[in-house]
Amino acid sequence: MMSANLSAIFYLISGVLFILALRGLSSPETSRQGNFFGILGMTIAITVTFLSIDNFSSGLTYVLIFLLIGGLIGAFIAYKIPMTAMPELVAGFHSLVGLSAVFVAISAFLNPEAFNLGSPGSIKLASLIEMSIGVAVGAITFSGSIIAFLKLQGIMSGSPISFKGQHILNALLLISIIVFTYLLCSTQSSNYFWVLLAVSFLIGFLLIIPIGGADMPVVISMLNSYSGWAAAGIGFTLENSALIITGALVGSSGAILSYIMCKGMNRSFFNVILGGFGAVEQSASSGDKEHRPVKNGNAEDAAFLMKNASSVIIVPGYGMAVAQAQHALREMVDTLKKNNIKVTYAIHPVAGRMPGHMNVLLAEANVPYDEVFELEEINNDFANADVAFVIGANDVTNPAAKSDPQSPIYGMPILDVEKCKSVLFVKRSLSPGYAGIDNDLFYKENTLMLFADAKKMTEEITKNL
Amino acid sequence: MEIDPFIFRLSIFILSIFIGYYVVWSVTPSLHTPLMSVTNAISSVIIVGAIIAGLAGNSDNDFTISNLLGFLAISLAAVNIFGGFLVTQRMLQMYKKKKKDK
Repeated sequence: MMSANLSAIFYLISGVLFILALRGLSSPETSRQGNFFGILGMTIAITVTFLSIDNFSSGLTYVLIFLLIGGLIGAFIAYKIPMTAMPELVAGFHSLVGLSAVFVAISAFLNPEAFNLGSPGSIKLASLIEMSIGVAVGAITFSGSIIAFLKLQGIMSGSPISFKGQHILNALLLISIIVFTYLLCSTQSSNYFWVLLAVSFLIGFLLIIPIGGADMPVVISMLNSYSGWAAAGIGFTLENSALIITGALVGSSGAILSYIMCKGMNRSFFNVILGGFGAVEQSASSGDKEHRPVKNGNAEDAAFLMKNASSVIIVPGYGMAVAQAQHALREMVDTLKKNNIKVTYAIHPVAGRMPGHMNVLLAEANVPYDEVFELEEINNDFANADVAFVIGANDVTNPAAKSDPQSPIYGMPILDVEKCKSVLFVKRSLSPGYAGIDNDLFYKENTLMLFADAKKMTEEITKNL
Repeated sequence: MEIDPFIFRLSIFILSIFIGYYVVWSVTPSLHTPLMSVTNAISSVIIVGAIIAGLAGNSDNDFTISNLLGFLAISLAAVNIFGGFLVTQRMLQMYKKKKKDK
């Protein structure tokens, strides 16, 4: 058996390795090494845990069997999952972290001796508080992630579900969590523990249902953050520094991502969390919809325009992911490059359904990452580019964000697509984007609309080049 | 007067938040998806709690609910650990530089 001090040092080492794992992600070259550090840290943590247990009970066989089952399922998913389904996968994984936090917390509550927390009915106060935080945040992460997963998977409608008194109900439930935690700590009664758990599950569910599909980048980042705080809560209960360090890292990582996503939409975090964004705007804008003429083009026109261009900027959006058009797009770009046309990609921070979604899809299609640029890096180039090829994006190009203070997306940073000499829009129909607002860009002189499935259209353009 | 060990853990926690803050801001935006999947994997270090829960207690074969929850938590966390790291690995393999073959 390993001494408590020695194992604590090893836990610290694995915590440091996790920091290095995140540090590695600062550039693609060091990222693979970073991931290796992460795996090493995890291996150390698990090994040390086994070594620090003095007498192995007959449970060991089961522990190993369950570890193996989980590992095989995880590995299978990791190899099978298409890159377009990454948001669903991450949401699903978050729910697992949440649920395991809940299980560990319940287990510690039922059998506190095993964790040195006192005995049932007289658990140490600090441990009880930490446990309550762990179980509440874990449960919220679990049920929230399940809803996010169902919405992303399309099993549940992506449109926000809201009802009267929703915010008041949520506020009351949040207060009741604090009340139940207090009651649990003062009476040690397990009834309060179960009520606390149930209320937390409920609130996770209620928090996510009013949030619409395109706000998912914020939701996923937020749940990422929660899963970290849940882990940290359990880390305090178990007095384990690896868990505390990791929880803090993951918690702040998710919080930063949520912040970046909110900034990308020029909305406050609370505005997103309170939800109901898409639904309200749609009903407001449908009344005064006018029919303005658009220029409707086909693949030949698009190919002609691009062939005569010297530089093309591609603007991908969620529509590209839906149509799985990334490979077809890369082939089109390859053909363009053969004709000595300069091609770059412009990524808006909230393009897609999770942070960095578009980058992964382009990477999957073998697009070199040094041709892909973020909004700030590329936005000045639109004025000098000949053609902007917008594929499956809409709101992130809408000039109303700059010119129309009435617009719900006013103030949102946009890609200055309208400054291009000509704009090609690949879209299935004229329907407004997620924000439910019309895009003036569709009706401009120099805009050519290509109404088709993104993948089919790109393939056809390639044929015509 | 002795300082409660809780304070030390709290110090680790607070300082780690700051480390996380600076480290995550240095992550390049194009790697934000791998960042999420890898944070997912490392937060499953909660498996150490699950292992303790699973192995706690008796040496005979009657398991308590506490043990069973531990087992379940182990497999959930293991799905995340293996799935998270492997899918991150798979994604990172795809981030390649432009080939300079001309």
